[in-house]
Amino acid sequence: MSTKTATPASQTFGQHHAPNGIKLPIYMDNHATTPMDPRVLEEMLPYFMEKFGNPASRNHPFGWAAEEAVEISRERIAKLIGATPKEIIFTSGATESDNLAIKGVAAMYREKGNHIITAVTEHKAVLDTCKHLEKYGFRVTYLPVQKNGLVDLDDLKRAIDDKTILVTIMAANNEIGVLQPIAEIGKLCRERGVIFHTDAVQAIGKVPVDVNKMNIDVASITAHKLYGPKGAGALYVRRKNPRVQIVPLIDGGGHERGMRSGTLNVPGIAGLGKACAIAQEEMAQESCKMAGLRNRLKDSIMSRLDEVYINGTMEHRLPGNLNISFAYVEGESLLMGINDIAVSSGSACTSATLEPSYVLKALGTGDDLAHSSIRFGIGRFNTEAEVDYVGDRVVETVLRLRELSPLYEMAKEGVDLKSVKWAAEAH
Amino acid sequence: MSYSDKVIDHYNNPRNVGSMDKKDSDVGTGLVGAPECGDVMKLQIKVNPQTNVIEDAKFKTFGCGSAIASSSLATEWVKGKTIDEALAIKNTEIVKELALPPVKIHCSVLAEDAIRAAIGDWKKKQESAKPLEVQAAQ
Repeated sequence: MSTKTATPASQTFGQHHAPNGIKLPIYMDNHATTPMDPRVLEEMLPYFMEKFGNPASRNHPFGWAAEEAVEISRERIAKLIGATPKEIIFTSGATESDNLAIKGVAAMYREKGNHIITAVTEHKAVLDTCKHLEKYGFRVTYLPVQKNGLVDLDDLKRAIDDKTILVTIMAANNEIGVLQPIAEIGKLCRERGVIFHTDAVQAIGKVPVDVNKMNIDVASITAHKLYGPKGAGALYVRRKNPRVQIVPLIDGGGHERGMRSGTLNVPGIAGLGKACAIAQEEMAQESCKMAGLRNRLKDSIMSRLDEVYINGTMEHRLPGNLNISFAYVEGESLLMGINDIAVSSGSACTSATLEPSYVLKALGTGDDLAHSSIRFGIGRFNTEAEVDYVGDRVVETVLRLRELSPLYEMAKEGVDLKSVKWAAEAH
Repeated sequence: MSYSDKVIDHYNNPRNVGSMDKKDSDVGTGLVGAPECGDVMKLQIKVNPQTNVIEDAKFKTFGCGSAIASSSLATEWVKGKTIDEALAIKNTEIVKELALPPVKIHCSVLAEDAIRAAIGDWKKKQESAKPLEVQAAQ
């Protein structure tokens, strides 16, 4: 669902008046991207005009000013994840970081082995990169997940063999927000001498991530999930105990210690650093606030509707994430009913492929419930009033659509929907 | 996904929502689609057995906005038509009326199927009712 309509959705769809102080549409899709924090923008602005220099220009003050900004950012990112500044490589974002990590490790350690382990619920940036490597002689194990969305450590243990060079498992899932046991995974990988990469873009700045305590060797980071700008990311690459080496994807001037050539995006990098510094300061307090709002939304919905199901464990989860299936209601029609609220659905109708969410299917969620799912992503700038409004609108729309739903009617009549022989389209 | 004004209107103000007694011999019920596919339509018609005119129609739909609009429109169109006239309704006419994009054409196909299924069910009831009348006469 998009908020970039020319006419505000609230005007097009009329009847609903927002309570005082709420601006419509409400943005609650913070796993897709986050709005910029004004403090981040302020940090970036000088690097567009006044301090436009190239940090690779070593012989004049224009270059020095830019280089200083880049190095401050590197320190701030490193500090947030317990790394050292030299271990931070700047990239264009999460997809590039994932590609660089996986392809870079695969190419460097090809002689040692050709086996990579990942999980079925990973982001496409990881899954499709692994699929690509399969075409070049690599063997990939896609671990299943349990009903709660988490990888089973025993499955991982069994999957590691003497050809395994890399395990790549995300820290937090982008759809259901579940937090994988990365400290345990890291420990296991370290014991077995396997490099551990984690796509930590949804986790960093939301929950504590410490590369040493968690034995993480390589980690992907992006600014725009953290109230920073799009197009700026980083890759943490461990330099000690053990030293991890990667083959670059982009060759050129040898920037970023040869791992990623290309003139640095200085304003974006300054923004990423500032976003990390803010997270460092405010994460503890903010995550309590996020979890409070998320639980308020959950209670508001679940206390008033029957047959709603939370996808993924609530116990190990990003504080701002809620992913719910509303039985007997199709996701896209629900989005249409709450069109003054920007959220996402796992419904096939909202995806390009016409397939319902592969993440929900991996949890064992039936296609029917996958079609009925909504992802709420609460962020830094959401308020209690917004959460209450969203809860009311969702409940009212689900009730209306259930009145319209033949499945709800049949279920209430006691028909077991699983036993019905559905007439497929005659065409 | 942007919707046409007509789809939005049917979604916000669906016509003829509801259910009729599916055991009534004058009522035909069509249930098409499948929950796994994200679309299920139930369309019911009440037919005057003397004139074969569809006097009332009701629907309930699980599906996207276009599916809801297609079935809502279908109930509007079949009302007042004879069985044969209703059978002549084509999904392409629904596509045109609602300005459905290509990815939503299956919604109109499902609505046409629902009309045919409801009429089929009603016809079956008329045929099976005949022997009963004969029996009763004896």
